[in-house]
Amino acid sequence: MSSFHYARVQDVAQARAAFDEAADPRYLAGGQTLLPVIKQRLAAPDRLIALRHIPELKGVCAEGDHLVIGAMTTHAALAGDATILASLPALACLAAGIGDPHVRNLGTLGGALANNDPSADYPAAVLALGGIIETDQRRIEAADFFVGMFTTALEPGELIKAVRMPRHVASAYAKFPNPASGYALVGVFIAQHAAGDVRVAITGAGDSVYRHAGLEAALNASLTPDAIDAITIDAEGLASDLHASAAYRAHLISVLAKRALAGLPKA
Amino acid sequence: MPTLSCTVNGQAQRLDVPDDMLLVDLLRGPLKLTGTHVGCDTSQCGACVVHVDGLSVKACAMLAAEVDGADVLTIEGVSAPGEPLHPVQAAFKANHGLQCGFCTPGMVMATLSLLANDPDPSDEAIKQGLKGNLCRCTGYRSIMAAVREAGEAMRPDPTGKVDKAGMADHANNASQGQA
Repeated sequence: MSSFHYARVQDVAQARAAFDEAADPRYLAGGQTLLPVIKQRLAAPDRLIALRHIPELKGVCAEGDHLVIGAMTTHAALAGDATILASLPALACLAAGIGDPHVRNLGTLGGALANNDPSADYPAAVLALGGIIETDQRRIEAADFFVGMFTTALEPGELIKAVRMPRHVASAYAKFPNPASGYALVGVFIAQHAAGDVRVAITGAGDSVYRHAGLEAALNASLTPDAIDAITIDAEGLASDLHASAAYRAHLISVLAKRALAGLPKA
Repeated sequence: MPTLSCTVNGQAQRLDVPDDMLLVDLLRGPLKLTGTHVGCDTSQCGACVVHVDGLSVKACAMLAAEVDGADVLTIEGVSAPGEPLHPVQAAFKANHGLQCGFCTPGMVMATLSLLANDPDPSDEAIKQGLKGNLCRCTGYRSIMAAVREAGEAMRPDPTGKVDKAGMADHANNASQGQA
């Protein structure tokens, strides 16, 4: 690995100060992507600012109409959290399917969102649920947050503190995991916010997570698998690589949308 | 250079570690605990799995400095030399759950974690629990058998009823290196 300075901080203000005084710093959340990336020499930061010991970044609480999830909440903690299991079970299920048990014990929600891997699971949930990313500077709507491949609306040094998930009617997630990595070859998250407001977010199929207007219109008219059958998913512009062609990914979007729909709790 | 205070296999440690040192290199180098293996060094194979504060992690994907204040358990702390094997180790031995043995420390640590969370796992739960651990010898069938047998051996009630409190005690003992 390239050499870097490890900065341990106690709170968000210290983290920001440690970031601002280094030349090429990175925040270290769970490290499950960042450390392998540094080993591969795809990144060579001169300072890692460890967020592990900042208590205010962890934990889950209900706040009015929102569920507030700390950025440093691990996938395993999120998957087993009683509040999330009760009010947002689709997110708990999604978290329980990330990587493997050891990765889930360190990897975090905030780290995954800041990285915005085009095949990551969480972006689909946050976009479909209309989550709000709360940073040390401001609140960013999910619709504005996911900008492109490994790119978000975060400014340099801006730190995710929590994600606020609004109350909604029902949601479900289905993915086809790459058998080796566990990343989504395609993942579809469906969230029903109200009658006539169904949102469908797709990950793994493009440069970044996106909402599918055609599926949303069809499901707003009729929340049934038949409605999905009536939609032709256009393969144009979808990712094509050694794991799956664009045409196969288009097919998977349709199949996984139906699986997610089958997983929606009946009203 | 960060100064690190932690507990490893029940023993308090205080030492200076390089900023960029991985946990697995701390264990295998200065602490001479070479039972934790480096298979891929890309956080895929699970040969380096240890427990940090009771949670299984890949020691090649965590900085040594990150375990400051933590309780670390490695394969060396699962059963002391000269003492009987831990039921998980005994089950791997009895069921030929290893051939070359390279992945075994990680498999055992992952199994301990799996059984602490789910004392009577289904075959599917075992597969999910060991998803982060690769074995290139056995074809996994004997490992599955070992995990099933270890679960049976560790469940207090021979009728198969689950005693979660007893499991928690066992896990605590293991994490303190007393099992």
